[in-house]
Parts: sequence; structure tokens; C-alpha cells
Amino acid sequence: MINKQSKTKSQLKKERQVKLTALLLFLMIALCFFISLNTGHIRLSPQETLSTLFGQGTEQQSLILFDFRLPRMVIAILVGMGLAVSGAVLQGIVRNPLAEPGIIGINAGAGLAVMLFISFFATVSDAPVFLMPIIAFVGAGGAALLVYLLSYKRHEGISPIRLVLTGIAIAAGIDALMIVLTLRLDPENYQFLATWIAGSIWGSNWKFVLALLPWLLVFMPLIYSKSSVLNILNLGDETAIGLGAHMEKERRILLALAVVVAAACVSVSGGIGFVGLIAPHLTRRLVGDKHEYIIPISAMVGGLLLLIADTLGRGMIQPSEIPAGIIVAVIGAPYFLYLLAKTKD
Amino acid sequence: MGWSKEQMDEKEQLRKVKETARPTVGISILSVGTLLLIFSVALSISLGAADIDLKTVWTTIFRFNPDLVDHQIIWELRIPRVIGAAIVGSCFAVSGALMQGMTRNPLADSGLLGLNAGAAFMLALCFAFFPGLSYSYVILFSFLGAALGAGIVYGVGSLSENGLTPIRLVLAGAAVSALLGALSEGIALYYEIGQDLAFWYAGGVSGTTWGQLKVVTPWLCLALLGAIALSRSITILSLGEEVAIGLGERMGRVKLLSAIIILILAGAAVSVVGAVSFVGLIVPHLARRLVGHDYRWIIPASAMLGALLVVLADLTARIINPPYETPIGALIALIGVPFFLYLARKGGGHV
Repeated sequence: MINKQSKTKSQLKKERQVKLTALLLFLMIALCFFISLNTGHIRLSPQETLSTLFGQGTEQQSLILFDFRLPRMVIAILVGMGLAVSGAVLQGIVRNPLAEPGIIGINAGAGLAVMLFISFFATVSDAPVFLMPIIAFVGAGGAALLVYLLSYKRHEGISPIRLVLTGIAIAAGIDALMIVLTLRLDPENYQFLATWIAGSIWGSNWKFVLALLPWLLVFMPLIYSKSSVLNILNLGDETAIGLGAHMEKERRILLALAVVVAAACVSVSGGIGFVGLIAPHLTRRLVGDKHEYIIPISAMVGGLLLLIADTLGRGMIQPSEIPAGIIVAVIGAPYFLYLLAKTKD
Repeated sequence: MGWSKEQMDEKEQLRKVKETARPTVGISILSVGTLLLIFSVALSISLGAADIDLKTVWTTIFRFNPDLVDHQIIWELRIPRVIGAAIVGSCFAVSGALMQGMTRNPLADSGLLGLNAGAAFMLALCFAFFPGLSYSYVILFSFLGAALGAGIVYGVGSLSENGLTPIRLVLAGAAVSALLGALSEGIALYYEIGQDLAFWYAGGVSGTTWGQLKVVTPWLCLALLGAIALSRSITILSLGEEVAIGLGERMGRVKLLSAIIILILAGAAVSVVGAVSFVGLIVPHLARRLVGHDYRWIIPASAMLGALLVVLADLTARIINPPYETPIGALIALIGVPFFLYLARKGGGHV
């Protein structure tokens, strides 16, 4: 009896802790959001920003804010959320702390598809921009499927190590193909593509927000509803099998969900790696191993991370921009190496 | 003789490895390989955007006349290019063989373990900040870069509890390549040297000049000779640390020397052609299949097969889609990826 009571007590404590973490993250996002609104090629002072937000700025100020900056920031946050959740799911199902969306070929596939699409049209400006996310999405999904099929073995299913090695190899192969095609692009298209691959939030337009949002609104709750499945999968294959053979099916469904969410994100943001790696890790540090908590909190961490990276990229070297993906990689790769040194296979 | 029982076992293991060696195959690879190499070099010199018959090639080499356009093309463009391809192929292949033997890791290759990315990163820095730097310095930067990449990968791998498992090295290599790649990309975007860098990075021997060859060749000859000199010790290391210690091999010294040779080979090769991966992965496996597990045969055979592979790849790259040049790095990766997948799959979860 006492035991049971103390358990609920510790559960309550845990819940309070998670709520507090969520609140803090929310405040940080709000703060970064405000700072980000002020940063960029044309600087706006905080007062100007505020008055423009309430509809009292000059025409130019509201143009910058509402048509350029805000949509881009919203996309950064959404993409960060999507990639982080996708990473959390992948890490859960392959039970490998080093899994992340980029590693199953999503970024490479999307890059190749976009590249083929641009080579097909004479210049970037001729291409109907709206097709781009769809094409990227198809490429990302295709590459992920290829990686899955190549690392699948009958009777054994998917081993995490094989998945990771296959992903690395497929990405190398796709990179090689892209290099062959790259050299024929004219300089304007090349610059666009290079920036896209480096992971720059290029779809800074409300229409792209609308293109991305439905995917997240439909699939993230679906993933959240599978939290308990992820918890079981995380316990290890034996436990999972003991609980029923449908675990393999669940694993496949979750993998598909993770791919869809990540592909949607990459299609508007270009190849951003490591967010899906770092965010779930930091989250596990903050709230522990339960996926009911990991999924929403890592979404917030991912959104915050990418918003910061994009803001830094816009503000660091004026007037050039550094793609957010590069900043994330420069922070993320050392973190990955640190994890690699710490984990035992 | 006074051998203890364990030492007898270790002698036995070494003897077994030596018995599996196939010197006849090795000798035929070297002799037939030389003939094939001469043939493909001649072919490579005569084929290209301007077709030139073999007789003109012959007269160019022995009676060079700077007034003839054909002679100019052959002497200034084609010959350095094909020599560059052969040398670079040997270097990547031998560095791969040394790495695989030393680390007992079947996936070791200068491209997968971050050496190429490190060298490329340093070269990006050179392009951006010292555009007019002389080639001898560029090469030094390239060595430093290779050492930087390898140092991080090796360091991270050995920091962990289970040590340097193959999978850990590959993952660390991928992460270090991603990091250095992102930094190079940032530099390239900022200084707008992207497409120059991309062409170079993609791997191509088309730009090889006599000047470059003069700088790299002495380094490479020394390194290749060093590799051959070390080959016996590498065979012993490839049997595992315990056997090596049992046979009285000084592991520290051998490892240090091999590491230096690997860095010179990979660094110089990258500075000539850019980051070509997978030569060092494919060729040593092939060589082992053919000549057995004795590195005294594997290393020379790898040098020969690597030279052949890259010369042929370069030839294909030129004639596959004229007048465009397909980068050989890309071409070799397209052959190498399926091979890597096969190795990863065959090794199951353990590699």
C-alpha cells in the first residue's frame, strides 16, 4: 500500500517536472522568437518590431516582418519539431542512440530528386516552385525505402547496425550521382542547389507553412498515440516479442510514420542533419525514458534548436547567410562523436 | 631453439598465413598487370576529346616537338594525367591495405575514415584564404588535414569502452566527414568558390600537371617503399595483438610508422585528385582474394591493381559522355557502394 502511494507520488513529481520543463522551453522559444524577429539583413529595433506586430509599422517594416521573417521562423520551428520527433521514433525502434532521419537516406534522396528537377528546367526561376516540396518528398521516401529493403534480411528483419551502414553507403552513392549531375548545372542553379543541400530554410513563404503544417498536424498526434508501443520496443526485442508478434508490424508502421514526417520537413528545409539526433538525447536527459514525455518535449527542443540555428545563420556574418544545416552540423557532429565515445555498442 | 609452447602456436599461425600465400598468382598479377598498365596508359594517352594515334604518342615521347599541337596535348595534358591516375590509384589502394591490416577492420578506407574529408577541408581553407599558394605548401596542408581527420576518428574510436570496433570507426568517420564537410561547405558558400571546390572534390585527374607530379612523386615513392618494408610486420599485426606480441613484434613502432605512411599516401593522393573514396576499400579485398593473406604480396598487388583501376576509371570517365568529363571519384563510388553493401551484409550485425 505504502509502496503504491509513493509510486503515485513520484509519478506526480515526474509530471510536475515535465510540465515545468515544457513551460521553460516555451519561454525560451518565445524569447528566441522575439530576438529572431529583430535579426536579419535589415535590422529592426524591438520597439519597431512590436509596433509593426500590432499593425503600426511602415509598409516596408511590415513587409519584412510578415512576408519574409515570420514565415521563415515558423517553418524553422515546425521543421525542427518534425525532425526531432522523427529522430525520437527512429531511436526508439532501432534501439540505437545514434539513429537519426538523415542516416536512413532521407536527406540524400530529397537532394537527388530536387537536383533532377532543377536540371530538368533551365533555371531555378522557371521551375514551378510548388512542385519542389512534392518532388523532394518523393525522393526522400524512395531513398528511405531503398535503405530499408537493402538492410532487410529474411528471418532476421532489420538490424540497427545494418540499417546504419546501408544508410551511409546509399548516401555515398547518391552523393556520387549528384556530383556527376552537379557539374553540368549553370552557376545560378548550382548556387541554389548547394544552399538547398546545406540545409537552408528556403521556403520562406506562408504557402510553404501551409504545405508543411497538415503533415505535422496529422502524423505527430498519431506518433504520440503510439508512445506506449515505443516504450515496449525500447525494452528490447525479447520483451517485445513476448508481448506479441505484431511488434514487427508496429515497428514498420512507426518507421513509415517517422519517414513521412522527416521527408515532409526536408522537402521545405533542405538537408538538415543532426537535429533528429540531438533533440531526443537532450530530451531524455531532461525527462527520462517515457515516450509520452519524450515526444512532445523533444518536439519543443528541436523547434528551439533550429530557430536558434537559423537566427544565428542570418545574423552572424552580414550580409551573407549561413545555412542553418551547417550550423546544426557544426554543433551536432561533435555531440554525435561524444555520444559515440560514451556508448557501449 | 627454446620456443615456449605459446610461441610455437604463434609461429604456427604465421606459418599458416604464409602457406596460404600464392606467390605465383602474385607474380603473375605484377607481370601481367605491368603489361596491362602499359597498354591502358597508351590507350588513355591516345583516346580523348582529340583522338591521336599511337604512332604520334610514340614520337611525342621519344622525339618531342613543341610546335605540333598533338605533341603539346600529349605532353602537357595527357601524360601527366595518366601518370597521376596510376600513382594516385596505387596510393589509395596501399593506404587502404595498410589500414585494413593494421586495424583488422574490413571497412577501413581513407574515404570512410575521415582522412579524405580532412584533407579536403584543409584545401578548402587554402582555396579561400591563400588562393595563390604554391603547390608544395598545398600538399603540406593536405597532409595536416588528413592527420586531423584521422586523429579525430581514431581518438573518438579509442576513447570508448569497447575500443575500436569496425562499426564505431565507420560511424565516427561518417560524423567527422559530415562535420568537416559542413565547414568546407560553409567556407565555399561564403567565398563563392563552391563549383571550383566541387569539381576538385569530386575527384578528377584532368588537372594534373608536371609541376604537381614533381612535388608528390618523391613523397609517394618513399611511402610506397616504406609500406613494402613494413609489410611483414603488417601481416603479423593482422593476426591480432596477442600474436604480434608473442612473436616479439614492437607494435607501437610499427603502428606509428604505418600511420605516418598512410597519412602521406592519402594526403598526397587527395591533393592531386580530390577525395576519391572506395579505391582503398575495394582493391585490398580483391588483392587478398587473389594472393592470400600475406601482406608482402597484398601490398604490391594492391599497388598494381589500384593503378589499373584508376587509370581505367579515368579512361571510362572521359569516353562515357564526351565532351563532359565524369568525375572519377563519382564513378568509383558507384562501383564501390554495392561492394560496401555486400561486405556490410555478409558481416551481418557484426561486420
